[in-house]
Amino acid sequence: MERNLMKGNEALAEAAIRSGCKCFFGYPITPQTEISAYMAKRMPKIGGVFLQAESEIAAINMVYGCAASGVRCMTSSSSPGISLKSEGVSYMAGADLPCVIVNVMRGGPGLGGIQPSQSDYWQATRALGHGDFQILVFAPSSVQEMADLMSLAFDSADKYRMPAMILADGLLGQMMEPVTFASDEIHEHTAAEKPWAACGHGGKRPHNIINSLYLQAEELERLVVERFQRYETVKGELHMAEQYLTEDAEIVVTAYGSVARLAKAAVDSARAQGIKAGLVRPVTLWPFPEQEVRDACRNAKRVLCVEMSMGQMIEDVKLALGCRLPVEFFGRTGGVIPKPSEILEQIKALNAKEAE
Amino acid sequence: MTTETIFAGFGGQGILFAGKLLAYLGMNEDKQVSWLPSYGPEMRGGTANCCVCVSDKPIGSPYVTDPDVLVAMNGPSFDKFIESVKPGGIAIIDSTLVTKECARTDIRSFRIPSTELAAENGLPGMANIILVGKLLKETGIAVIDAVRPVLEKLIPPKKANLIEANMKALALGMAL
Repeated sequence: MERNLMKGNEALAEAAIRSGCKCFFGYPITPQTEISAYMAKRMPKIGGVFLQAESEIAAINMVYGCAASGVRCMTSSSSPGISLKSEGVSYMAGADLPCVIVNVMRGGPGLGGIQPSQSDYWQATRALGHGDFQILVFAPSSVQEMADLMSLAFDSADKYRMPAMILADGLLGQMMEPVTFASDEIHEHTAAEKPWAACGHGGKRPHNIINSLYLQAEELERLVVERFQRYETVKGELHMAEQYLTEDAEIVVTAYGSVARLAKAAVDSARAQGIKAGLVRPVTLWPFPEQEVRDACRNAKRVLCVEMSMGQMIEDVKLALGCRLPVEFFGRTGGVIPKPSEILEQIKALNAKEAE
Repeated sequence: MTTETIFAGFGGQGILFAGKLLAYLGMNEDKQVSWLPSYGPEMRGGTANCCVCVSDKPIGSPYVTDPDVLVAMNGPSFDKFIESVKPGGIAIIDSTLVTKECARTDIRSFRIPSTELAAENGLPGMANIILVGKLLKETGIAVIDAVRPVLEKLIPPKKANLIEANMKALALGMAL
């Protein structure tokens, strides 16, 4: 297979097209604009649709309509733009519609900055919009994984009838690395696989209704409870994490996305200094890979959660470990990238504490 | 073996292109590579830089804090990065634009008047490529014959006439 040197944003876009995405609706914002630019060039060539909407809100509502007709579609944005999309995401969750949303995170809150950040973890895993619902969240940590997770995101979104998010950041979106695609062919996907889709019934079946408004409390409760039963199925089937040198690790670092790579470099340096350090990297953030995190920490004495935020995933790490181990935090925020040497200092400090 | 390089200079000097060229060369040698640009508002006419890692192993951090090689094409970049070069590392400096001498004795530094050389040799805008030539000579990441196919891939067909000039600039840098 040919290795292509691509930006993370471009790899996401190409992988989406190969996964059968036929429509892209977006609005430009740094640092994800290359996704839109790539789609603008490529979509017309494969008979798909690229549309630059008048706003993020318009774009997500176009995704809503497109998904309702059974077509694979997506939108992408960066932190402030994702906030604008949140109403539409909630409506799609309420209407059980699949789609892929890419968030190439930048510093916040507000307009914040344009440098890489991971401060939308809570938004992605807890509350991307109002109401009782979850979305699937995937966190790649290399350009290759940006490509690999895209097809999984589309397949999982369709399988569970849920919006799925690729949660990346400016560093992953902007960097170039070699990437190979599993297949040169475009995975053709038809609405026939979606009996619920509103794509014309030709008088041969009752019409499908796509809706998120239920004024009868009991009916709405029943639908939400059913949806949460589905979430339990998802939790049982979809949980992914990478473990690195965790077998005998006494200090386990937890990190996701681009920061996991910086942490891996720090773990290597710690090992070189004789410290038994390891790393567990959640790949799915919702569902959170609780079992994998517990497993990675089986010999741990202390845990260090590293993020480009003030500490958001640390709550899930603590919940997974059930307060059995001390979990400490190190992070940089606002667009500042933590240096591997800074993470190493934290690992050394924890190791020294343990030795006392 | 991992070589971490920072290219830094003004926007418009071809800093990002020089980095891409090195990343492609590494990839064609079957190495692991990463290329990470600065993408701040400073790109418009201000300073630009990019980090390139070329390695035999999967690359951990694509974000380089202490490079093995620095290519500095203006004064502010030289000031910003020269102290971060690893002891035993290499600094390749465009001496037409960086007036300061390199005070460090624990690294190998090369002052090359590449902007002047480019102008003298009818290679406008190719000071960056002259410095890449020098980088290849000092690091051995790729030989000159490996460069042409990469340039053919990197340079769009309508600018194909620039390939020869790029090769000439590269040879000039390698001969220094």
